[in-house]
Amino acid sequence: MLARAATSWTILRISLQERLVYRGDFALGTLIRFLPIITQIFLWAAVFSAVEAADASRRTIADYTYPAMVGYYLLTMVSRAFSSMPGLASGIAREIREGTVKKYLVQPVDMLEFLLLTRVAHKLVYYLVAVGPFALVFWICRAYMPGWPGPEVMAAYVASLLMAFLLGFFLEATIGMIGFWFLEVTSLLFVYMLLNFFCSGHMFPIDLLPGTLGEVVRLLPLQYLAYFPTAVMLGRVTGPDLACGLCIQLGWVLFFLIAARVTFHYGVRRYSGFGG
Amino acid sequence: MHTPLSYFRVFVTFLRNSLVRDMTFRANFLIDTISSTVWVFMNLGFYVLIFHYTPMLGVGTGWGKYEFFLFLATTLLINSLMRGLFLSNAVELSERIRTGTLDFLLVKPIDTQFLASLGRIEWSAVGPFACGLLLMVYALAKLGVMPGPATAALYVLYVLCGVAIYYSLMIAMASTSIWLGRNRALLDFWFYITNFSRYPMEIYRGPFGTPLRHFFTFLIPVFIAVNVPARVLVRPLEIRSPADWALPGFALLATAGSLVLSRWIFQRALVSYRSASS
Repeated sequence: MLARAATSWTILRISLQERLVYRGDFALGTLIRFLPIITQIFLWAAVFSAVEAADASRRTIADYTYPAMVGYYLLTMVSRAFSSMPGLASGIAREIREGTVKKYLVQPVDMLEFLLLTRVAHKLVYYLVAVGPFALVFWICRAYMPGWPGPEVMAAYVASLLMAFLLGFFLEATIGMIGFWFLEVTSLLFVYMLLNFFCSGHMFPIDLLPGTLGEVVRLLPLQYLAYFPTAVMLGRVTGPDLACGLCIQLGWVLFFLIAARVTFHYGVRRYSGFGG
Repeated sequence: MHTPLSYFRVFVTFLRNSLVRDMTFRANFLIDTISSTVWVFMNLGFYVLIFHYTPMLGVGTGWGKYEFFLFLATTLLINSLMRGLFLSNAVELSERIRTGTLDFLLVKPIDTQFLASLGRIEWSAVGPFACGLLLMVYALAKLGVMPGPATAALYVLYVLCGVAIYYSLMIAMASTSIWLGRNRALLDFWFYITNFSRYPMEIYRGPFGTPLRHFFTFLIPVFIAVNVPARVLVRPLEIRSPADWALPGFALLATAGSLVLSRWIFQRALVSYRSASS
Protein backbone atom coordinates (compact mmCIF):
# COMPACT_ATOMS: atom_id res chain seq x y z
CA MET A 1 0.00 0.00 0.00
CA LEU A 2 2.78 2.37 1.06
CA ALA A 3 4.90 1.32 -1.91
CA ARG A 4 2.01 2.00 -4.25
CA ALA A 5 1.48 5.44 -2.77
CA ALA A 6 5.21 6.14 -3.18
CA THR A 7 5.03 5.09 -6.85
CA SER A 8 2.03 7.35 -7.41
CA TRP A 9 3.80 10.26 -5.73
CA THR A 10 6.90 9.73 -7.91
CA ILE A 11 4.82 9.64 -11.10
CA LEU A 12 3.01 12.82 -10.05
CA ARG A 13 6.28 14.62 -9.14
CA ILE A 14 8.04 13.71 -12.40
CA SER A 15 5.02 14.77 -14.45
CA LEU A 16 4.87 18.08 -12.55
CA GLN A 17 8.51 18.85 -13.32
CA GLU A 18 8.03 17.83 -16.93
CA ARG A 19 5.09 20.18 -17.32
CA LEU A 20 6.79 23.20 -15.77
CA VAL A 21 9.50 23.34 -18.44
CA TYR A 22 7.63 25.60 -20.88
CA ARG A 23 5.67 27.79 -18.44
CA GLY A 24 6.04 31.08 -20.40
CA ASP A 25 4.64 29.52 -23.56
CA PHE A 26 1.90 27.97 -21.44
CA ALA A 27 0.81 31.32 -19.91
CA LEU A 28 0.74 33.05 -23.29
CA GLY A 29 -1.24 30.15 -24.78
CA THR A 30 -3.81 30.44 -21.99
CA LEU A 31 -4.25 34.17 -22.53
CA ILE A 32 -4.65 33.70 -26.29
CA ARG A 33 -7.41 31.16 -25.70
CA PHE A 34 -9.60 33.96 -24.33
CA LEU A 35 -9.62 35.73 -27.70
CA PRO A 36 -12.72 33.93 -29.06
CA ILE A 37 -14.62 35.15 -25.97
CA ILE A 38 -14.18 38.73 -27.22
CA THR A 39 -16.12 37.82 -30.37
CA GLN A 40 -18.83 36.18 -28.24
CA ILE A 41 -19.13 39.32 -26.06
CA PHE A 42 -19.76 41.50 -29.13
CA LEU A 43 -22.03 38.93 -30.80
CA TRP A 44 -24.30 38.65 -27.77
CA ALA A 45 -24.25 42.43 -27.23
CA ALA A 46 -25.61 42.77 -30.79
CA VAL A 47 -28.21 40.03 -30.20
CA PHE A 48 -29.43 41.50 -26.89
CA SER A 49 -29.58 45.05 -28.28
CA ALA A 50 -31.75 43.82 -31.19
CA VAL A 51 -34.00 41.83 -28.83
CA GLU A 52 -34.47 44.90 -26.62
CA ALA A 53 -35.11 47.15 -29.61
CA ALA A 54 -37.81 44.78 -30.85
CA ASP A 55 -39.48 44.56 -27.45
CA ALA A 56 -38.37 47.12 -24.85
CA SER A 57 -39.73 45.07 -21.95
CA ARG A 58 -37.63 42.05 -22.89
CA ARG A 59 -34.15 42.00 -21.47
CA THR A 60 -33.49 38.28 -21.26
CA ILE A 61 -33.00 35.33 -23.58
CA ALA A 62 -34.01 32.03 -21.98
CA ASP A 63 -33.66 33.78 -18.58
CA TYR A 64 -30.14 35.01 -19.37
CA THR A 65 -29.46 38.72 -19.11
CA TYR A 66 -26.59 40.04 -21.23
CA PRO A 67 -24.07 40.12 -18.32
CA ALA A 68 -25.18 36.61 -17.30
CA MET A 69 -24.61 35.38 -20.84
CA VAL A 70 -21.07 36.79 -20.97
CA GLY A 71 -20.46 35.50 -17.45
CA TYR A 72 -21.61 32.10 -18.68
CA TYR A 73 -18.99 32.01 -21.45
CA LEU A 74 -16.24 33.13 -19.06
CA LEU A 75 -17.15 30.55 -16.43
CA THR A 76 -17.40 27.85 -19.10
CA MET A 77 -13.69 28.43 -19.68
CA VAL A 78 -13.14 27.35 -16.06
CA SER A 79 -15.30 24.22 -16.48
CA ARG A 80 -13.42 23.37 -19.67
CA ALA A 81 -10.11 23.91 -17.90
CA PHE A 82 -11.16 21.00 -15.68
CA SER A 83 -12.95 18.70 -18.11
CA SER A 84 -11.01 19.02 -21.38
CA MET A 85 -8.43 16.30 -21.91
CA PRO A 86 -6.38 17.25 -24.97
CA GLY A 87 -4.67 14.25 -26.52
CA LEU A 88 -5.89 11.66 -24.01
CA ALA A 89 -8.06 9.44 -26.22
CA SER A 90 -5.85 9.86 -29.30
CA GLY A 91 -2.77 9.13 -27.14
CA ILE A 92 -4.25 5.89 -25.81
CA ALA A 93 -5.31 4.82 -29.31
CA ARG A 94 -1.82 5.60 -30.63
CA GLU A 95 -0.15 3.56 -27.89
CA ILE A 96 -2.42 0.63 -28.76
CA ARG A 97 -1.74 0.98 -32.48
CA GLU A 98 2.02 1.37 -32.15
CA GLY A 99 2.29 -1.33 -29.53
CA THR A 100 3.78 0.83 -26.75
CA VAL A 101 0.79 -0.01 -24.57
CA LYS A 102 2.61 -3.22 -23.67
CA LYS A 103 4.76 -1.29 -21.19
CA TYR A 104 1.72 -1.09 -18.91
CA LEU A 105 1.15 -4.80 -19.28
CA VAL A 106 4.64 -5.90 -18.28
CA GLN A 107 5.33 -3.29 -15.60
CA PRO A 108 3.63 -3.18 -12.21
CA VAL A 109 1.88 0.09 -13.13
CA ASP A 110 -1.82 0.39 -13.80
CA MET A 111 -2.37 2.23 -17.08
CA LEU A 112 -5.47 4.17 -16.03
CA GLU A 113 -3.88 5.19 -12.73
CA PHE A 114 -0.69 6.30 -14.48
CA LEU A 115 -2.59 8.34 -17.05
CA LEU A 116 -4.83 9.85 -14.37
CA LEU A 117 -1.83 10.97 -12.28
CA THR A 118 -0.08 12.43 -15.33
CA ARG A 119 -3.28 14.29 -16.16
CA VAL A 120 -3.63 15.55 -12.56
CA ALA A 121 -0.05 16.86 -12.77
CA HIS A 122 -0.78 18.51 -16.10
CA LYS A 123 -3.89 20.16 -14.73
CA LEU A 124 -2.18 21.32 -11.51
CA VAL A 125 0.57 23.02 -13.48
CA TYR A 126 -2.02 24.42 -15.84
CA TYR A 127 -3.96 26.02 -12.96
CA LEU A 128 -0.76 27.30 -11.41
CA VAL A 129 0.19 29.09 -14.61
CA ALA A 130 -3.33 29.88 -15.86
CA VAL A 131 -4.53 31.48 -12.63
CA GLY A 132 -2.79 34.73 -13.70
CA PRO A 133 -4.43 35.06 -17.14
CA PHE A 134 -7.79 33.88 -15.73
CA ALA A 135 -7.68 36.43 -12.88
CA LEU A 136 -6.72 39.19 -15.31
CA VAL A 137 -9.55 38.42 -17.76
CA PHE A 138 -12.13 37.96 -14.97
CA TRP A 139 -11.05 41.23 -13.40
CA ILE A 140 -11.37 43.07 -16.73
CA CYS A 141 -14.81 41.51 -17.22
CA ARG A 142 -15.88 41.89 -13.57
CA ALA A 143 -19.05 43.74 -14.61
CA TYR A 144 -20.30 40.54 -16.24
CA MET A 145 -19.40 38.20 -13.40
CA PRO A 146 -21.87 37.07 -10.76
CA GLY A 147 -20.96 38.05 -7.20
CA TRP A 148 -19.28 35.59 -4.84
CA PRO A 149 -21.83 32.90 -4.00
CA GLY A 150 -22.57 31.46 -0.54
CA PRO A 151 -20.38 28.68 0.88
CA GLU A 152 -22.89 25.92 -0.09
CA VAL A 153 -22.96 27.00 -3.73
CA MET A 154 -19.18 27.36 -3.73
CA ALA A 155 -18.78 23.85 -2.30
CA ALA A 156 -21.22 22.46 -4.89
CA TYR A 157 -19.32 24.33 -7.63
CA VAL A 158 -15.96 22.91 -6.58
CA ALA A 159 -17.47 19.43 -6.33
CA SER A 160 -19.01 19.71 -9.80
CA LEU A 161 -15.69 20.94 -11.24
CA LEU A 162 -13.75 18.04 -9.72
CA MET A 163 -16.35 15.59 -11.03
CA ALA A 164 -16.19 17.32 -14.44
CA PHE A 165 -12.46 16.54 -14.44
CA LEU A 166 -13.04 12.87 -13.57
CA LEU A 167 -15.92 12.53 -16.02
CA GLY A 168 -13.85 14.10 -18.82
CA PHE A 169 -10.95 11.78 -18.02
CA PHE A 170 -12.86 8.49 -17.85
CA LEU A 171 -15.10 9.35 -20.81
CA GLU A 172 -12.14 10.13 -23.08
CA ALA A 173 -10.15 7.18 -21.75
CA THR A 174 -13.06 4.88 -22.64
CA ILE A 175 -13.16 6.31 -26.18
CA GLY A 176 -9.39 5.81 -26.47
CA MET A 177 -9.74 2.17 -25.35
CA ILE A 178 -12.07 1.53 -28.28
CA GLY A 179 -8.77 1.59 -30.18
CA PHE A 180 -8.26 -2.00 -28.96
CA TRP A 181 -11.02 -2.98 -31.39
CA PHE A 182 -10.70 -0.40 -34.19
CA LEU A 183 -7.01 0.68 -33.99
CA GLU A 184 -7.84 4.01 -35.65
CA VAL A 185 -10.30 6.19 -33.73
CA THR A 186 -9.69 9.58 -35.40
CA SER A 187 -13.13 9.79 -37.00
CA LEU A 188 -14.81 8.64 -33.80
CA LEU A 189 -12.90 11.34 -31.91
CA PHE A 190 -14.03 13.95 -34.40
CA VAL A 191 -17.65 12.96 -33.83
CA TYR A 192 -17.07 13.14 -30.07
CA MET A 193 -15.38 16.54 -30.43
CA LEU A 194 -18.35 17.86 -32.43
CA LEU A 195 -20.92 16.50 -29.99
CA ASN A 196 -18.91 17.79 -27.07
CA PHE A 197 -18.65 21.27 -28.57
CA PHE A 198 -22.38 21.59 -29.16
CA CYS A 199 -23.98 19.49 -26.44
CA SER A 200 -21.72 20.22 -23.45
CA GLY A 201 -22.62 23.90 -23.35
CA HIS A 202 -19.23 24.98 -24.65
CA MET A 203 -20.63 26.83 -27.66
CA PHE A 204 -23.83 28.12 -26.04
CA PRO A 205 -25.84 27.48 -22.85
CA ILE A 206 -27.80 24.30 -23.57
CA ASP A 207 -30.96 25.73 -22.00
CA LEU A 208 -31.28 27.89 -25.13
CA LEU A 209 -32.19 24.73 -27.05
CA PRO A 210 -35.94 24.56 -27.44
CA GLY A 211 -38.29 21.57 -27.35
CA THR A 212 -37.36 17.91 -27.71
CA LEU A 213 -33.83 18.68 -28.88
CA GLY A 214 -33.17 20.49 -25.60
CA GLU A 215 -34.62 17.60 -23.59
CA VAL A 216 -32.44 15.06 -25.41
CA VAL A 217 -29.27 17.12 -24.92
CA ARG A 218 -30.05 17.50 -21.22
CA LEU A 219 -30.15 13.71 -20.90
CA LEU A 220 -26.58 13.33 -22.19
CA PRO A 221 -23.60 13.18 -19.82
CA LEU A 222 -21.83 15.87 -21.88
CA GLN A 223 -23.59 18.77 -20.12
CA TYR A 224 -21.72 17.88 -16.91
CA LEU A 225 -18.43 18.75 -18.64
CA ALA A 226 -19.17 22.45 -19.16
CA TYR A 227 -22.77 23.56 -18.68
CA PHE A 228 -23.62 22.11 -15.29
CA PRO A 229 -20.72 23.53 -13.18
CA THR A 230 -21.27 26.94 -14.78
CA ALA A 231 -25.02 26.82 -14.13
CA VAL A 232 -24.28 25.96 -10.48
CA MET A 233 -21.97 28.96 -10.11
CA LEU A 234 -24.49 31.27 -11.80
CA GLY A 235 -27.15 30.13 -9.32
CA ARG A 236 -29.34 28.64 -12.05
CA VAL A 237 -29.50 25.25 -10.35
CA THR A 238 -30.54 25.36 -6.70
CA GLY A 239 -32.12 23.31 -3.92
CA PRO A 240 -33.21 19.75 -4.74
CA ASP A 241 -32.24 20.24 -8.42
CA LEU A 242 -28.67 20.96 -7.35
CA ALA A 243 -28.44 17.86 -5.16
CA CYS A 244 -30.05 15.78 -7.87
CA GLY A 245 -27.70 17.20 -10.54
CA LEU A 246 -24.62 16.45 -8.45
CA CYS A 247 -25.84 12.88 -7.88
CA ILE A 248 -26.42 12.33 -11.60
CA GLN A 249 -22.98 13.75 -12.33
CA LEU A 250 -21.45 11.35 -9.79
CA GLY A 251 -23.43 8.55 -11.41
CA TRP A 252 -21.93 9.35 -14.83
CA VAL A 253 -18.42 9.51 -13.33
CA LEU A 254 -18.88 6.02 -11.83
CA PHE A 255 -20.43 4.73 -15.04
CA PHE A 256 -17.46 5.81 -17.17
CA LEU A 257 -14.96 4.72 -14.51
CA ILE A 258 -16.40 1.21 -14.77
CA ALA A 259 -16.71 1.48 -18.57
CA ALA A 260 -13.01 2.44 -18.87
CA ARG A 261 -12.01 -0.46 -16.59
CA VAL A 262 -14.17 -2.96 -18.45
CA THR A 263 -13.01 -1.84 -21.93
CA PHE A 264 -9.38 -2.04 -20.76
CA HIS A 265 -9.95 -5.51 -19.30
CA TYR A 266 -11.52 -6.91 -22.47
CA GLY A 267 -9.35 -4.80 -24.78
CA VAL A 268 -6.12 -6.25 -23.38
CA ARG A 269 -7.43 -9.75 -24.20
CA ARG A 270 -7.83 -8.72 -27.83
CA TYR A 271 -4.51 -6.91 -27.93
CA SER A 272 -2.04 -8.40 -30.36
CA GLY A 273 1.04 -6.21 -29.69
CA PHE A 274 1.91 -4.64 -33.03
CA GLY A 275 5.12 -2.66 -33.38
CA GLY A 276 8.35 -2.79 -31.42
CA MET B 1 11.06 32.05 -69.71
CA HIS B 2 8.04 31.58 -67.47
CA THR B 3 4.75 32.93 -68.71
CA PRO B 4 1.48 33.09 -66.79
CA LEU B 5 0.38 30.19 -68.99
CA SER B 6 3.21 27.95 -67.85
CA TYR B 7 2.37 28.78 -64.22
CA PHE B 8 -1.23 27.89 -64.93
CA ARG B 9 -0.14 24.56 -66.41
CA VAL B 10 1.94 23.81 -63.32
CA PHE B 11 -1.07 24.70 -61.15
CA VAL B 12 -3.27 22.30 -63.14
CA THR B 13 -0.65 19.60 -62.54
CA PHE B 14 -0.81 20.32 -58.79
CA LEU B 15 -4.59 20.01 -58.94
CA ARG B 16 -4.37 16.70 -60.77
CA ASN B 17 -1.63 15.22 -58.57
CA SER B 18 -3.45 16.18 -55.39
CA LEU B 19 -6.66 14.64 -56.70
CA VAL B 20 -4.81 11.41 -57.56
CA ARG B 21 -3.33 11.35 -54.05
CA ASP B 22 -6.70 12.03 -52.41
CA MET B 23 -8.35 9.31 -54.50
CA THR B 24 -5.67 6.82 -53.43
CA PHE B 25 -7.01 7.10 -49.88
CA ARG B 26 -10.66 7.36 -50.84
CA ALA B 27 -12.14 6.41 -47.46
CA ASN B 28 -10.01 9.02 -45.71
CA PHE B 29 -11.03 11.62 -48.31
CA LEU B 30 -14.68 10.76 -47.82
CA ILE B 31 -14.43 11.00 -44.03
CA ASP B 32 -12.61 14.36 -44.33
CA THR B 33 -15.26 15.75 -46.65
CA ILE B 34 -18.16 14.48 -44.54
CA SER B 35 -16.70 15.68 -41.25
CA SER B 36 -15.96 19.19 -42.54
CA THR B 37 -19.50 19.34 -43.96
CA VAL B 38 -21.03 18.19 -40.67
CA TRP B 39 -19.01 20.89 -38.92
CA VAL B 40 -20.57 23.48 -41.24
CA PHE B 41 -24.06 22.23 -40.46
CA MET B 42 -23.49 22.28 -36.70
CA ASN B 43 -22.28 25.87 -36.92
CA LEU B 44 -25.33 26.70 -38.99
CA GLY B 45 -27.42 25.16 -36.20
CA PHE B 46 -25.93 27.65 -33.72
CA TYR B 47 -26.90 30.60 -35.95
CA VAL B 48 -30.41 29.22 -36.49
CA LEU B 49 -30.66 29.07 -32.70
CA ILE B 50 -29.53 32.69 -32.35
CA PHE B 51 -32.10 33.84 -34.90
CA HIS B 52 -34.72 31.85 -33.01
CA TYR B 53 -34.36 34.55 -30.34
CA THR B 54 -33.48 37.70 -32.29
CA PRO B 55 -34.71 39.19 -35.57
CA MET B 56 -31.37 40.86 -36.30
CA LEU B 57 -27.69 40.97 -35.31
CA GLY B 58 -27.53 44.42 -33.74
CA VAL B 59 -30.01 47.27 -33.98
CA GLY B 60 -30.37 48.70 -37.49
CA THR B 61 -27.42 46.80 -38.92
CA GLY B 62 -29.55 45.16 -41.60
CA TRP B 63 -28.13 41.72 -40.83
CA GLY B 64 -31.33 39.72 -40.48
CA LYS B 65 -31.41 35.92 -40.62
CA TYR B 66 -31.08 35.45 -44.38
CA GLU B 67 -28.77 38.42 -44.86
CA PHE B 68 -26.50 36.83 -42.27
CA PHE B 69 -26.77 33.50 -44.07
CA LEU B 70 -25.36 35.26 -47.13
CA PHE B 71 -22.54 36.55 -44.94
CA LEU B 72 -22.01 33.02 -43.65
CA ALA B 73 -22.03 31.62 -47.19
CA THR B 74 -19.33 34.14 -48.13
CA THR B 75 -17.27 33.12 -45.07
CA LEU B 76 -17.65 29.47 -46.11
CA LEU B 77 -16.56 30.14 -49.69
CA ILE B 78 -13.50 32.14 -48.66
CA ASN B 79 -12.49 29.79 -45.85
CA SER B 80 -12.89 26.67 -47.97
CA LEU B 81 -10.80 28.25 -50.75
CA MET B 82 -8.17 29.06 -48.14
CA ARG B 83 -8.27 25.56 -46.71
CA GLY B 84 -8.28 23.91 -50.12
CA LEU B 85 -5.49 25.94 -51.65
CA PHE B 86 -3.18 27.33 -48.98
CA LEU B 87 -3.67 26.14 -45.40
CA SER B 88 -1.82 22.81 -45.54
CA ASN B 89 0.87 24.41 -47.72
CA ALA B 90 1.49 27.13 -45.14
CA VAL B 91 1.74 24.56 -42.34
CA GLU B 92 4.07 22.48 -44.49
CA LEU B 93 6.21 25.53 -45.28
CA SER B 94 6.74 25.99 -41.54
CA GLU B 95 7.77 22.36 -41.26
CA ARG B 96 10.02 22.55 -44.37
CA ILE B 97 11.85 25.48 -42.82
CA ARG B 98 12.41 23.59 -39.57
CA THR B 99 13.64 20.42 -41.24
CA GLY B 100 15.55 22.09 -44.08
CA THR B 101 13.52 20.51 -46.90
CA LEU B 102 12.76 24.01 -48.24
CA ASP B 103 16.03 23.46 -50.16
CA PHE B 104 14.15 21.23 -52.60
CA LEU B 105 11.81 24.09 -53.48
CA LEU B 106 14.59 26.67 -53.77
CA VAL B 107 16.46 24.71 -56.43
CA LYS B 108 13.43 24.28 -58.70
CA PRO B 109 13.27 26.65 -61.69
CA ILE B 110 10.02 28.27 -60.64
CA ASP B 111 8.98 31.00 -58.21
CA THR B 112 9.48 29.63 -54.69
CA GLN B 113 6.47 31.42 -53.21
CA PHE B 114 4.22 29.96 -55.91
CA LEU B 115 5.54 26.45 -55.29
CA ALA B 116 5.41 26.77 -51.50
CA SER B 117 1.88 28.19 -51.55
CA LEU B 118 0.09 25.86 -53.96
CA GLY B 119 2.03 22.60 -54.10
CA ARG B 120 -0.64 20.63 -52.32
CA ILE B 121 -4.36 21.09 -52.88
CA GLU B 122 -6.90 19.77 -50.37
CA TRP B 123 -9.82 18.54 -52.42
CA SER B 124 -11.91 17.75 -49.35
CA ALA B 125 -12.57 21.52 -49.05
CA VAL B 126 -15.05 21.00 -51.89
CA GLY B 127 -17.60 19.89 -49.25
CA PRO B 128 -17.79 23.18 -47.30
CA PHE B 129 -17.47 25.12 -50.58
CA ALA B 130 -20.57 23.38 -51.95
CA CYS B 131 -22.35 24.07 -48.64
CA GLY B 132 -21.50 27.76 -49.06
CA LEU B 133 -22.97 27.82 -52.56
CA LEU B 134 -26.13 25.99 -51.47
CA LEU B 135 -26.58 28.26 -48.47
CA MET B 136 -26.19 31.29 -50.74
CA VAL B 137 -28.83 30.04 -53.19
CA TYR B 138 -31.17 29.24 -50.28
CA ALA B 139 -30.72 32.66 -48.64
CA LEU B 140 -31.12 34.52 -51.96
CA ALA B 141 -34.31 32.58 -52.68
CA LYS B 142 -35.66 33.38 -49.20
CA LEU B 143 -34.86 37.07 -49.66
CA GLY B 144 -36.35 37.00 -53.15
CA VAL B 145 -33.22 38.60 -54.60
CA MET B 146 -31.60 37.66 -57.88
CA PRO B 147 -28.20 39.34 -58.32
CA GLY B 148 -27.57 40.80 -61.76
CA PRO B 149 -24.42 40.07 -63.77
CA ALA B 150 -22.66 43.22 -62.50
CA THR B 151 -23.33 42.30 -58.85
CA ALA B 152 -22.26 38.71 -59.47
CA ALA B 153 -19.02 39.84 -61.13
CA LEU B 154 -18.30 42.29 -58.30
CA TYR B 155 -19.02 39.54 -55.76
CA VAL B 156 -16.57 37.13 -57.39
CA LEU B 157 -13.95 39.90 -57.58
CA TYR B 158 -14.31 40.73 -53.89
CA VAL B 159 -14.33 37.07 -52.81
CA LEU B 160 -11.01 36.74 -54.65
CA CYS B 161 -9.79 39.91 -52.91
CA GLY B 162 -10.80 38.35 -49.59
CA VAL B 163 -8.87 35.19 -50.40
CA ALA B 164 -5.85 37.30 -51.41
CA ILE B 165 -5.94 39.25 -48.12
CA TYR B 166 -6.24 36.06 -46.05
CA TYR B 167 -3.50 34.42 -48.11
CA SER B 168 -1.14 37.35 -47.61
CA LEU B 169 -1.62 37.18 -43.87
CA MET B 170 -1.11 33.44 -43.81
CA ILE B 171 2.03 33.35 -45.95
CA ALA B 172 3.51 36.25 -43.98
CA MET B 173 2.88 34.36 -40.73
CA ALA B 174 4.30 31.13 -42.15
CA SER B 175 7.41 32.99 -43.37
CA THR B 176 8.19 34.09 -39.82
CA SER B 177 9.14 30.46 -39.13
CA ILE B 178 12.45 31.27 -40.83
CA TRP B 179 13.28 33.70 -38.03
CA LEU B 180 11.56 31.77 -35.24
CA GLY B 181 12.87 28.34 -36.22
CA ARG B 182 9.47 26.88 -35.70
CA ASN B 183 5.97 28.25 -35.72
CA ARG B 184 3.74 25.66 -34.16
CA ALA B 185 1.18 28.27 -33.18
CA LEU B 186 0.53 29.14 -36.84
CA LEU B 187 -2.79 27.31 -37.03
CA ASP B 188 -3.87 28.65 -33.62
CA PHE B 189 -3.09 32.22 -34.60
CA TRP B 190 -4.86 31.73 -37.90
CA PHE B 191 -7.95 30.41 -36.13
CA TYR B 192 -8.00 33.19 -33.55
CA ILE B 193 -7.49 36.04 -36.00
CA THR B 194 -10.07 34.83 -38.54
CA ASN B 195 -12.43 34.18 -35.63
CA PHE B 196 -12.94 37.95 -35.43
CA SER B 197 -14.15 38.13 -39.03
CA ARG B 198 -16.80 35.44 -38.57
CA TYR B 199 -19.41 38.10 -37.85
CA PRO B 200 -20.39 41.34 -39.60
CA MET B 201 -18.09 44.20 -38.61
CA GLU B 202 -21.09 46.28 -37.45
CA ILE B 203 -21.30 44.25 -34.23
CA TYR B 204 -17.97 45.69 -33.07
CA ARG B 205 -18.98 49.01 -31.57
CA GLY B 206 -18.59 50.99 -28.36
CA PRO B 207 -15.40 52.12 -26.62
CA PHE B 208 -13.67 48.76 -27.19
CA GLY B 209 -15.41 47.61 -30.35
CA THR B 210 -14.65 50.65 -32.48
CA PRO B 211 -10.84 50.53 -32.03
CA LEU B 212 -11.00 46.76 -32.60
CA ARG B 213 -12.97 47.31 -35.81
CA HIS B 214 -10.47 49.89 -37.02
CA PHE B 215 -7.55 47.61 -36.16
CA PHE B 216 -8.95 44.67 -38.14
CA THR B 217 -10.07 46.94 -41.00
CA PHE B 218 -7.06 49.15 -41.57
CA LEU B 219 -4.04 47.49 -39.96
CA ILE B 220 -4.77 43.78 -40.41
CA PRO B 221 -7.62 43.99 -42.93
CA VAL B 222 -9.34 40.67 -42.17
CA PHE B 223 -12.74 42.38 -41.74
CA ILE B 224 -12.53 43.61 -45.32
CA ALA B 225 -12.07 40.06 -46.59
CA VAL B 226 -15.59 38.81 -45.82
CA ASN B 227 -17.59 41.97 -45.12
CA VAL B 228 -17.08 43.67 -48.48
CA PRO B 229 -18.15 40.76 -50.74
CA ALA B 230 -21.04 39.91 -48.39
CA ARG B 231 -22.26 43.52 -48.52
CA VAL B 232 -22.06 43.52 -52.32
CA LEU B 233 -24.51 40.63 -52.31
CA VAL B 234 -26.78 41.81 -49.49
CA ARG B 235 -27.05 45.49 -50.33
CA PRO B 236 -26.09 45.85 -53.98
CA LEU B 237 -28.39 48.78 -54.67
CA GLU B 238 -27.74 50.79 -51.55
CA ILE B 239 -24.62 52.52 -52.81
CA ARG B 240 -25.98 56.04 -52.98
CA SER B 241 -23.22 58.34 -51.86
CA PRO B 242 -19.47 58.45 -52.56
CA ALA B 243 -18.90 57.36 -48.93
CA ASP B 244 -20.56 54.02 -49.74
CA TRP B 245 -17.78 53.38 -52.25
CA ALA B 246 -15.10 54.04 -49.64
CA LEU B 247 -14.93 50.51 -48.21
CA PRO B 248 -15.06 48.62 -51.55
CA GLY B 249 -12.43 51.05 -52.89
CA PHE B 250 -10.27 50.56 -49.83
CA ALA B 251 -10.68 46.78 -50.20
CA LEU B 252 -8.92 46.87 -53.58
CA LEU B 253 -6.15 48.98 -52.10
CA ALA B 254 -5.85 46.70 -49.07
CA THR B 255 -5.65 43.63 -51.32
CA ALA B 256 -2.85 45.10 -53.41
CA GLY B 257 -1.04 46.35 -50.30
CA SER B 258 -1.34 42.98 -48.50
CA LEU B 259 -0.03 41.05 -51.51
CA VAL B 260 2.95 43.36 -51.97
CA LEU B 261 3.79 43.41 -48.27
CA SER B 262 3.52 39.63 -47.86
CA ARG B 263 5.68 39.11 -50.97
CA TRP B 264 8.28 41.42 -49.45
CA ILE B 265 8.17 39.59 -46.10
CA PHE B 266 8.50 36.22 -47.85
CA GLN B 267 11.52 37.39 -49.88
CA ARG B 268 13.17 38.96 -46.82
CA ALA B 269 12.62 35.77 -44.86
CA LEU B 270 14.17 33.66 -47.63
CA VAL B 271 17.35 35.75 -47.41
CA SER B 272 17.65 34.71 -43.76
CA TYR B 273 17.02 31.00 -44.49
CA ARG B 274 19.91 28.87 -43.29
CA SER B 275 18.88 25.38 -44.41
CA ALA B 276 18.66 23.41 -41.18
CA SER B 277 19.73 20.01 -42.47
CA SER B 278 22.91 20.83 -44.41
